[in-house]
Amino acid sequence: MNTAWNIVRKIKEHVIEKVILFSGTTSILFVLLIFVFLLKEGLSIFWMVPLSDFLFAKNWYPISDPPQFGILPLILGSLFVTFGAAVLSVPIGIASALFIAEIAPPKLKEVMKAGIELLAAIPSVVIGFIGMMTLGPLIKDLFNLTTGLTALTGSITLAFMAMPTIVSIAEDAITAVPRSYREAAIAMGATKWQTTWRIVAYAARPGMIAAVMLGIGRVIGETMAVMMVTGNAALIPRSFLQPVRTLTATIAAEMGETVQGGEHYSALFAIGIILFIITFIINGIADLYLHRTRK
Amino acid sequence: MSKPAIETRYLNLFYDTFHALEDISISIEERKITALIGPSGCGKSTLVRVFNRMNDLIEGVHITGQVLVEGEDIYAPNIDLIELRRKVGMVFQRPNPFPLSIRKNITFGLEIHNTTRKTDYSGIIEESLRSVLLWDDLKDKLDRSALELSLEQQQRLCIARVIAMKPKIILMDEPCSALDPIATSRIEELMQELQKEYTIVIVTHNMQQAARVSDYTAFLYLGKLIEYGETKRLFSAPREKQTEDYITGRFG
Ligand SMILES: Nc1ncnc2c1ncn2[C@@H]1O[C@H](COP(=O)(O)OP(=O)(O)OP(=O)(O)O)[C@@H](O)[C@H]1O
Ligand SMILES: [Mg+2]
Repeated sequence: MNTAWNIVRKIKEHVIEKVILFSGTTSILFVLLIFVFLLKEGLSIFWMVPLSDFLFAKNWYPISDPPQFGILPLILGSLFVTFGAAVLSVPIGIASALFIAEIAPPKLKEVMKAGIELLAAIPSVVIGFIGMMTLGPLIKDLFNLTTGLTALTGSITLAFMAMPTIVSIAEDAITAVPRSYREAAIAMGATKWQTTWRIVAYAARPGMIAAVMLGIGRVIGETMAVMMVTGNAALIPRSFLQPVRTLTATIAAEMGETVQGGEHYSALFAIGIILFIITFIINGIADLYLHRTRK
Repeated sequence: MSKPAIETRYLNLFYDTFHALEDISISIEERKITALIGPSGCGKSTLVRVFNRMNDLIEGVHITGQVLVEGEDIYAPNIDLIELRRKVGMVFQRPNPFPLSIRKNITFGLEIHNTTRKTDYSGIIEESLRSVLLWDDLKDKLDRSALELSLEQQQRLCIARVIAMKPKIILMDEPCSALDPIATSRIEELMQELQKEYTIVIVTHNMQQAARVSDYTAFLYLGKLIEYGETKRLFSAPREKQTEDYITGRFG
């Protein structure tokens, strides 16, 4: 009886272990396959356009004759929007995380956490749509522009998308700071604010940096909302009040019109490679800091 | 006789409805080491945390009776809590240096109290590290993280950062329970040294430790102060039956 049970259990353990191992390896395999596919489809553009031209030439005219494949305006578009979103979402996100973790009374804390989760659950099209319908006109009127779809509009919209990531991960990091640090500070006569800012926030710093990196990662990779609110002009941006176009939006908008295997097609894949590398680096940095917190 | 460093009169403390301290009246001598002993859960930690009002952090705690520190009622409405906690420092059971550099662990207290407007703390850093016998080992490593130190060194640093604030009283809640016997005896030596300048109240589970280091001992049981007196006398000729049972190891 007992031994039979034991055998069943052993088999079960064995199967579970194998399933987990299999899922783990497949996900790695998929990432590799995706990367190989990207390389295969994208690298051929560099036979025609040298890498430095691709990265730094000022014109993206993929369907003119002859086509020009300079992604500098797209890179700058992404940078503008991401930078703007970071400037808005990082301070607000970190402050909210500190407030939720350290200051808010338990009831309010629950409400705020639920609110943040809800914000994270809104599909990006919906956020994009709201941004396009409400924020766009507002910015147009406010700054007297011909169009309200600008880098600034994109930044604000994306800040809303980065915020839940930043708040929830930073809040975890802050909550994980041992109570003994707080006790020690309070027992030395520190005020709540001094304890929170100088000890707790400092101790949670690696986790907060990871939170910011993951939030920014989300912003760079975001496509749908960005395409709806930034105006999509592939021009070198000179101010936040101009339309811009990001790397992601370019791929999404143009992929449908390309001929498979053509130059334009492979140029879009090359943009994909660049994006892949950027997010890989950002996630890598985030990971580094997350590990540091756990130690 | 000098005035007591800490005095409580009919102190009662409740965690919501749980009566954790009952009618405690105790008078703690200045510049002496007073040990609080008693079985687990008898209220030792609760009592020391009354003296620097750390119990304020726990919801549902309320207190009746009086607690005087250097003659001042610390539960009076106009008390300066920050100043109280500068004057009454605390060392915890597990060493808990901040995850900052050794230097910053010591300057933290100085900066938050900012009594003198000076920013050159090197004198105080040296002085406080010397008084816990860490200076010679650490003087070239002040910018290293405090978390790299051994547990004993961490606990010494925790004492040093309290000393740097020039307190009158140091509360220690089982300061050696995370340390090995050798480290423990060295911290005990340090306490003897510090006693010359500070009033020390130490909570301990360890009766030998109480007997070794303290001048006075208070025995608590189930929230009541059963017996209080000179350590030598209390251990050699306890007056109460419960004290005798406890120190002879019959319970607890
Ligand atoms: N936050 C709290 N809420 C409710 N009851 C508490 C709280 N803290 C302590 N108590 C109770 O008060 C009593 C005294 O606790 P205290 O921690 O002071 O005991 P102690 O003598 O320090 O014990 P130990 O030797 O285990 O540290 C215990 O019965 C404990 O369960
Ligand atoms: Mg205790």
